[in-house]
Formats: sequence, structure tokens, C-alpha cells
Amino acid sequence: MSDPTLPETMAEIFARHRGQEGPMLPILHSVMEAFGHIPEGVVPLIAEELNLGRAEVHGVISFYHDFRKEPAGHHLLKICRAEACQAVGANALTERVLSKLGIGWGETTPDGRITVEPVYCLGLCACGPAAMVGNRVIGRADEAKIEEALA
Amino acid sequence: MLADKDRIFTNIYGMHDRTLKGAQARGHWDGTAGIIQKGRDWIIDQMKASGLRGRGGAGFPTGLKWSFMPKESDGRPAYLVVNADESEPGTCKDREIMRHDPHTLIEGCLIASFAMNAHACYIYIRGEYIREREALQAAIDEAYDAGLLGKNAAGSDWDFDLYLHHGAGAYICGEETALLESLEGKKGMPRMKPPFPAGAGLYGCPTTVNNVESIAVVPTILRRGPDWFAGFGRQNNAGTKLFAISGHVNNPCVVEEAMSISFEELIDKHCGGIRGGWDNLKAVIPGGSSVPCVRGENMKDAIMDFDYLRGELGSGLGTAAVIVMDKSTDMIKAIWRLSKFYKHESCGQCTPCREGTGWMMRVMDRLVKGEASVEEIDMLWDVTKQVEGHTICALGDAAAWPIQGLIRNFRDEIEDRVKGKAIAAE
Repeated sequence: MSDPTLPETMAEIFARHRGQEGPMLPILHSVMEAFGHIPEGVVPLIAEELNLGRAEVHGVISFYHDFRKEPAGHHLLKICRAEACQAVGANALTERVLSKLGIGWGETTPDGRITVEPVYCLGLCACGPAAMVGNRVIGRADEAKIEEALA
Repeated sequence: MLADKDRIFTNIYGMHDRTLKGAQARGHWDGTAGIIQKGRDWIIDQMKASGLRGRGGAGFPTGLKWSFMPKESDGRPAYLVVNADESEPGTCKDREIMRHDPHTLIEGCLIASFAMNAHACYIYIRGEYIREREALQAAIDEAYDAGLLGKNAAGSDWDFDLYLHHGAGAYICGEETALLESLEGKKGMPRMKPPFPAGAGLYGCPTTVNNVESIAVVPTILRRGPDWFAGFGRQNNAGTKLFAISGHVNNPCVVEEAMSISFEELIDKHCGGIRGGWDNLKAVIPGGSSVPCVRGENMKDAIMDFDYLRGELGSGLGTAAVIVMDKSTDMIKAIWRLSKFYKHESCGQCTPCREGTGWMMRVMDRLVKGEASVEEIDMLWDVTKQVEGHTICALGDAAAWPIQGLIRNFRDEIEDRVKGKAIAAE
């Protein structure tokens, strides 16, 4: 169940951030990069490293939307739901995408391939609707472009 | 209309070279060391004389804020923190600076940090800004390579490090003390003030938090002189300002204009007029989603600056994110959307805000559908008054004000809907 490489990876991440001030968020960002989510097992390790309580670490992880506790699908698709994108058809687009995948917001397809999440403003209001697959942002998103990015 | 020669942001649309070389060709990083050699007091005096008021929404005089920092260190380091957590619905000016004209900000960071005795500056950028982060980081790297940052930055004898820190998806982190908490690696929950950040901010050290635009205009003000900057706008509302106009105008845009420009000129000159003409204007939110809306007919002659919008119209300039709504807009639903946003983003620390935002949203929910009684409008007003001013940070106020603006300006519309529903039900 838990990743056997976890302690090793974490040691490497800690080494990278040692000496940095306010390292919690950078460490968590690195964990997200390494595992794609925040595995339960890292909480005590981070608490130990930073000399904090587990509750404090848990609190920080659950406070920020970007840190997920469950692994996402192979592709993480985020669709902007902020005002500007909604005004140019993001809602209709999402409806079509979600019904095609047969899932709801925040859910993963049964084959574990795609997770869809909302995001609020990627800064691309001039060319909405905006979406993001992994680290790639998509302007003027439509089904074809999203499908291509998910391929 | 502001002449091109008086623009501070000469590449706000990204039409020109965004690299360091391009920025230098447009006059940035010119004589930075010379400015720094004139000393701390000179810089702060010049900033005070320029009349620059903070561009993040509250409009606090920037020079005065800087002067609160301790003159002599008591052993603790000082920090400058730049708030690039631009998340308010409607506000989209800082991202243009970071994406297209990042060197204005980086040079500003160096000068402002020197003026506040800080050897380190953090820029806190929101996690969702992907392109902006890339552009800004590239510009920072470039500046390091050219010796403009780091040891003896730009040949000024001042050692200076600039860090880009990215957030993780929380609107509340745009509040200055929540931002400091988040930088320290904690939950982004606002702190009680006092102590103010200038006394005990980041890691308990003297800190100033400034908006991106406030810092990015600094080098140009110092180069061209405070009189030039103070020459724009009315007394006490000096300078040029980025306006971000969105909504029902023919050509939504971000544009740098002189403060105190009239709303009519701003819309007609830069946005191609209101969609469907001026008679079709219904309401305007003149300063980003947290300020109360204003009826269209009161807005046409409005002067776009801090004092007029607050004093005459009971609204505010905020971040100058002008949201224009024409007669096709369902005002109640528009404000409901904002209520939903604030409910989602309340951090949960203070009870009036945590419970109040949800409560207000649920009443708004019913008002949109007309499933309420007229008395509930007064009750909703009452609740907004109980949230406003009773929380640690301004998010409670920001959630209350749009609803107050709605009730103050469009009460007839809410009543019509509620009564119409009641009649239909009979």
C-alpha cells in the first residue's frame, strides 16, 4: 500500500530544502511533484523533520486546495470555473466533458486515467475557456483540444 | 488621455521584447545604483512626495508605510514581501506586469528593499498563475545572471536576494498577514493586528507587504521625479494607474491611465463604449468584487479615484478592476455569485465570517429564485452588518459589502422578484 521508496524520496526532498526558511509549502510542493499527491505516510516524516505536531502538518495540507491526499488519475484535467470563463461557455464545455467521461467534479474515471477538477482563474481570461492538463495550460479550450492534451 | 511618453508600463501588452535587454532599451534598470546611492531617506521622501497610494485595494500611502520600518536594525533582518496573490474576481492587472513587464517589478523590489533595509524580498505568487510564474522566474534568473540581483546588486554595494514563492490555491493568502503565515509554511489564516508587520511580520521580523503594482512603479517615479507622478490625478489621488475593465463593454482591456479620469472617458476611449450604448448600462463594480456596486446612472460622470468613489458613491477604487454590467444582467444572481465565492474562500478562523458567509449565500440563493419574503431583505442587511467589522481580516467586509451595495441600489429589483413569486404562487 505505501510506496516503499517513500522514506528515501522524502530524505532527498528534506535534504534539498534544509536550511530554507519557511520550508513547509516548498516541501509539500516537492512531495506533490514526486508522488502526485500527499501520501498519508509523509505527515509524520514532515512533522519529525520540521519539529512540528502531526496535527499542524495535517492542518496545512488540508487548508490548501492544491494539496490532494488521494492520488489523481494519470492525467489531471483542470477546467477554469471563474467568472470570465463561465461567461464564454466553460459550463457547457465542462458538462460535455464530464458526461463524456461519465464522472463528476473531483472524480476519477474508473480506469484511473483522468481526474477532473475545477480551478479558479489561470490568468487566461482573454482566451477562455481555459483548462490545464498536468502543467500545460490550454486557451480557448474545446473538446478537441482537451482530448488532444489527454491523449 | 494619458500620453504614451507618460506610461510606466511600456510593455503591458507584451508587444515588445520581454527580456532584460528589451526592458533596458525601454529605460528600465537605468541608473539603479545611482538611485540607491542617494540613500534611504531620500527614496522614502521622494515616495511620500509622489503621493503614491498602495495599489492593492486599501490605498494606503506607500511612502508612509515604508517609513514605519525601523531605521536601525535591532539585530533582526527586515523583509519586503510582494503580494502577487491576485485572486479577486475582476482583478487582472498584476498578471500583465509579471507576464510582460517583469523587470519593472524586479527593479522595484531592489530599490524598495534597500529603502527598508531589507536584504531579502519574497514575491508570493498565486499557484494558479502558471505562465506568470514562468515569465517572472525567467526574468529573475536573467537579472541574477546580469549581476542586477545577488551580491552587490546592480553595482549598488547592496546585497540583495529575491525569491519567488508560489501559493497553493487559497484566496485568503492575498490578505497580508495570511500571506506571511503562508510564507512561513502555516495555514493561511490572518493574524491579529497589532502588532503590524512593520513591527513583527515575517518570522517576527520587520516586514512590509506591498502590491505588485505599487512596487513596479517605484523605479520610474524615482527616475522621473515625484512631481511628474503627482501631476496626474486630483489632490491626494496622484499618479497613473492600471485599470482593468471587464464585463459588458465592447472591448474589455487592461490600460494604464491617469488617476481621476472620468468613467465615461475611460470606457469610451479605451473600451469602445458600453455594449448597447450608455443607456444600456445597469451597474458597475468599480474596484474588484469586494466593493459595493454602483447604479449605472450615477457612474457615468464618476471620477475614478479613491476619494470620489468612496466619498461620493459609497463604493471604492479598490484594485481598479472595473466590472461593467448592462441591462441583460441579473444583478441578484451576479452578487449571489460573489457571495458563493466568499463562502468558498472564508478561512474559517472567525465565526462571523465562517458562518456569516454561508448564511448570506443561502439567503441570496433564495432571493435569486424569489423564494423569500420582503422582510428577509432587512434581515440580510442586518446580517451583513454583523459580519462587517467583526472579523480579523477584511474578508468578512469584502463578503458583506457587495450585498449591501445590492440592497442599497437594487432593492426594488429584489422586492419585485420576491413579490412576483408570491403572486404567482397564489
